[in-house]
Amino acid sequence: MTVTSRREVGDRIGRWLWPALVLLALLAAWETAVRLADTPRWMLPPPTAVAAALRDDRALLLPNAWVTLQEILLGFALALLAGLLTGVAIDSSRTIERALYPLIIASQTIPLVALAPILLIWFGYGLLPKVLVTALVAFFPLAVNTVDGLHAADGETLALLRSLGASPGQRFRLVKLPSALPHLFTGARIAITFSVVGAVFGELVGASAGLGYLMERAGAQFQTARVFAAIVLLALIGVTLFASVALLERLLLPWRRHVTRE
Amino acid sequence: MPLLDSHPPRTPVAARRLVLAHVSATYVEDGQTLTALDDLSLSVTDGEFVALIGPSGCGKSTLLDIISGLYTPSAGDIRLDGETTTTASRLGRTAYMRQRDLLMPWRSALDNAALALEVHGTPRRRARTLARARFAEFGLVGFEDAYPAQLSGGMRQRVAFLRTVLAERPLLLLDEPFGALDALSRVGLQTWLLDRWEAAAQPTRQAVLLVTHDVDEAIFLADRVVVLTPRPGRIAHIEPIDLLRPRRREMVTSAPFLAHRATLLAALGLLPSTPDPAVSTP
Repeated sequence: MTVTSRREVGDRIGRWLWPALVLLALLAAWETAVRLADTPRWMLPPPTAVAAALRDDRALLLPNAWVTLQEILLGFALALLAGLLTGVAIDSSRTIERALYPLIIASQTIPLVALAPILLIWFGYGLLPKVLVTALVAFFPLAVNTVDGLHAADGETLALLRSLGASPGQRFRLVKLPSALPHLFTGARIAITFSVVGAVFGELVGASAGLGYLMERAGAQFQTARVFAAIVLLALIGVTLFASVALLERLLLPWRRHVTRE
Repeated sequence: MPLLDSHPPRTPVAARRLVLAHVSATYVEDGQTLTALDDLSLSVTDGEFVALIGPSGCGKSTLLDIISGLYTPSAGDIRLDGETTTTASRLGRTAYMRQRDLLMPWRSALDNAALALEVHGTPRRRARTLARARFAEFGLVGFEDAYPAQLSGGMRQRVAFLRTVLAERPLLLLDEPFGALDALSRVGLQTWLLDRWEAAAQPTRQAVLLVTHDVDEAIFLADRVVVLTPRPGRIAHIEPIDLLRPRRREMVTSAPFLAHRATLLAALGLLPSTPDPAVSTP
């Protein structure tokens, strides 16, 4: 049904080509500068050295990346569940909204990652404290966007459903939830990037595995190329997760493309 | 699908589909109590088309909200099919269509049309099959999978109308259904609605209560036109329309049509009540 014109194809190539060229140019400049200035490797390794570390240390990097990925995904899932439940509760009752919403907003003034040391004391060096830090930082954008989305449901459409004799459950499923989904995805895109930060910070505070833990260990030993290699993997994880959320949004909300075109 | 198949084919006195007795409605705005409707009594019989006209703010829409069960009147009785009702018991008994099409942007035209059936518990597949079967009649074939944003205003309104009809309620409440359309689509849809409604056999024909601010639309479509006063809304005048069915577009220039129009405009206070003989219609 969609006709892809030559111009659209051109736009799509341009969208990837130009940023890719800029990135390549930056890497080339970095490589040249480091070689010309003869910077010590422990201070700033050239991109080729980072690439070499990625290749040579893969047996060390990949299992640790897997640990971090698990923390991110579990923390995000937990935040999603808690955010949805909180959002629905706040939307369903004025009293709950008045009691809870100001506290949730105020909680954002607390640097949540600072809670990581306490979580470490309570839950030790394992997966759980990292999952909790991740969930704490990802919760806010998910909960707030769920509330916004549910509030955005059209009042007249809800009245129409009521006039048809729809039950509160049907009104939620047929109107409120679909109206909230675009907002929920906005929250999810923010939350997934927060999740990466949360997991790494949790590991930096105290861990026995993960990319954050590996970076700290490698940093202490001035294995700077390995630190950069870990950062590259983290960036890849972040970009992939963000793109997955965006792809899911495209698949689940196909109608959005037609709305934005108007 | 006959809606009244339990009734004998010839009812000596037309059954009263809707009876409003002494209905009043008030609402509070900025601490002041305003009366929207004041002691309004009206009935609509089986298969009758009644139009309500009046200046804006006369409570026409409030009345439809009350009949559909969305709003509780401050006084009065409302009977549907002879039964006394409460606000809550009226929910789901009528098919209500508003000026805004209220199509859900995330549902295809087909799924929007099938909405009322789904709400009433028809399984989704069956609801879609039933809706699809009516797409030709509503001039929507080929647009089943289109999203509302891809449809023109007239088509969206037809999808909304199909949704309303598929609710299969014996009383249709239409609140300025053509109000948001341009003049051409408006006339087209009026004629189309009339053809559909007149083509339905008498026992299956739905009773219609249409709110409009367009005098010509009211005369062209309705059996009776009810004029409401400015707020608080009271009945100022009831005009039985003396035009044969099926109605034809040419009738809008006929003498009886123009006479009805003069009377109604006078009732609305838009013309002097005793027409000047020099300009009155023959």
